[in-house]
Amino acid sequence: MTEQNMRNFSINFGPQHPAAHGVLRLVLELDGEVVERVDPHIGLLHRGTEKLMESRTYLQNVPYFDRLDYCAPMNQEHAFCLAVEKLLGVEVPRRAQLIRVLYAEMSRLLSHMLNVTTQAMDVGALTPPVWGFEEREKMMVFYERASGARMHANYFRPGGVAKDLPPQLIADIGAWLDPFLKLMDDLESLFVENRIFKQRNADIGVLTAEECWKWGFSGPVLRGSGVAWDLRRAQPYECYEEMEFDIPVGKHGDCYDRQVVRLEEMRQSVRIMRQCVEKLSLAANEGPVLTPDHKITPPRRPQMKRSMESLIHHFKLFTEGFRTPEGEVYVGTEAPKGEFGVYLVSDGTDKPYKCKIRAPGFAHLQGMDLLCRNHMLADVSAILGAQDIVFGEVDR
Amino acid sequence: MTDATAVLEHAQSLRDRLQALSEKIEAGLGAAVVSATIAYDELTVVFDPARWIESLTFLRDNGFISFIDLTAVDWPAREKRFDVVVHLLDPAANLRIRVKTDADDMNPLPSAVGIWPAANWFEREAYDMYGVLFSDHPDLRRMLTDYGFDGHPLRKDFPLTGYVEVRYDDAQKRVVYEPVKLSQEFRTFDFLSPWEAAKYDLPGDEKATKG
Repeated sequence: MTEQNMRNFSINFGPQHPAAHGVLRLVLELDGEVVERVDPHIGLLHRGTEKLMESRTYLQNVPYFDRLDYCAPMNQEHAFCLAVEKLLGVEVPRRAQLIRVLYAEMSRLLSHMLNVTTQAMDVGALTPPVWGFEEREKMMVFYERASGARMHANYFRPGGVAKDLPPQLIADIGAWLDPFLKLMDDLESLFVENRIFKQRNADIGVLTAEECWKWGFSGPVLRGSGVAWDLRRAQPYECYEEMEFDIPVGKHGDCYDRQVVRLEEMRQSVRIMRQCVEKLSLAANEGPVLTPDHKITPPRRPQMKRSMESLIHHFKLFTEGFRTPEGEVYVGTEAPKGEFGVYLVSDGTDKPYKCKIRAPGFAHLQGMDLLCRNHMLADVSAILGAQDIVFGEVDR
Repeated sequence: MTDATAVLEHAQSLRDRLQALSEKIEAGLGAAVVSATIAYDELTVVFDPARWIESLTFLRDNGFISFIDLTAVDWPAREKRFDVVVHLLDPAANLRIRVKTDADDMNPLPSAVGIWPAANWFEREAYDMYGVLFSDHPDLRRMLTDYGFDGHPLRKDFPLTGYVEVRYDDAQKRVVYEPVKLSQEFRTFDFLSPWEAAKYDLPGDEKATKG
């Protein structure tokens, strides 16, 4: 080929591509098979969540959070509830805190299980997602038994959780943990040491710790680069302070390390869940799961049937909602994908004046250009998978 | 179970550290700091927009290496209607800070991309949603809205239902844009309690005071 008819090639990756993990359009500029520039076009799943929230009461806004990162719905609810509680100055009952942590960690398993196994699929292994999805299905049944919904749970509420867990459910979750760890062993033997998985992921998309900070990366991506930063430990919320768990970190900051960090985090989540199950079974931790202040939380059904005040509270709460004091708060939580933050501005009415959702995936997707430059075209899907992108939260 | 006094002590030490940080910023930047307040155990510092980049660079060089978030808040009644709000994290000191400045839709604010590359998309989003302009931004395109979208949806004067709707037209075999037609009138109810909010006299109220 002569000099003048050589040209760079631009291709569209997505918006309908199985490895794009949703509706992502990447415009790739290629030089041969080497990526020279990546321009992600996002917003194809933009639903205007933040705008919608400004016209709904705080209680009506909780379900929107399930629909952000739909791989780990309850972690999102958690951040919003914590933000509202911070504005209101409400303390969450002990039992509700334990239930929240239990389900937040279960959501972490849901999210990591999806990400790690589909990442394995993106680089050629077909069995891991089949095994992983079976366990996800069991976890969704636990979701359903607690909240009535498999995914969009609307279970965490400002002031606690919607309903107490039945004792049998707690026992079943406890009994599920050990078989799950067995599956983790099998899963790891399936692809972690696998030659192809290593060839496709090791030394791909290397990030230094300094790059991670200034690009706003968090969660497993940051820890994969060797930074032991976890908001559950650094800025503990709920009852994470009393939980025993380790923070796994990577050494090389490549795609392989990120995935191995996620796998180890799943084992740590199981450890936390086991502690929660033990504590929830103790008689000392029996009690209410919603704060008894009925200006914020609805009264229980039986009370409502008998007491006029409860009926009024219930009616007022589900029409007007509660008001928050004027002010602004930011709450960051350790969601499976990284720091998920909620910035709430209240003007003293029953609706948020402004709610900004800080999604970890938004920052992580922004790094695609940094990560993919001078990599091969086939590495794009490996890098994208290891960044753990879900479009519900990126596009909002 | 966590001891209540330990929680209080922890909160107190956090407030002390935030207070020390706030004093350090005021000493380092002087008149660039318009105000610094601590509320809900969070430090909010408002900077002079003319010294925005200088102030952010100072923070970056003093530990706030992690860029968390940038957004805007719309206050239509104000002369400069937008607050640009930045959240930063200092992982070594384990402190967060909220930084604000005001902006309008005509005069651009200098971009923070040179300080933290992460600011790039967040500023694009603020531009897309609010129409805040950023000067020296490498690529100030729309971020989340449709190709060819008009308007800035998160402004308070932008209607919730928007202006255009989109559907697939089978006759033309393509997607068409049309003005929004609501099959039912858009309903907004003011649920704010009249029991507390009525500030007018009901007919007959005057008799109560006369008697």
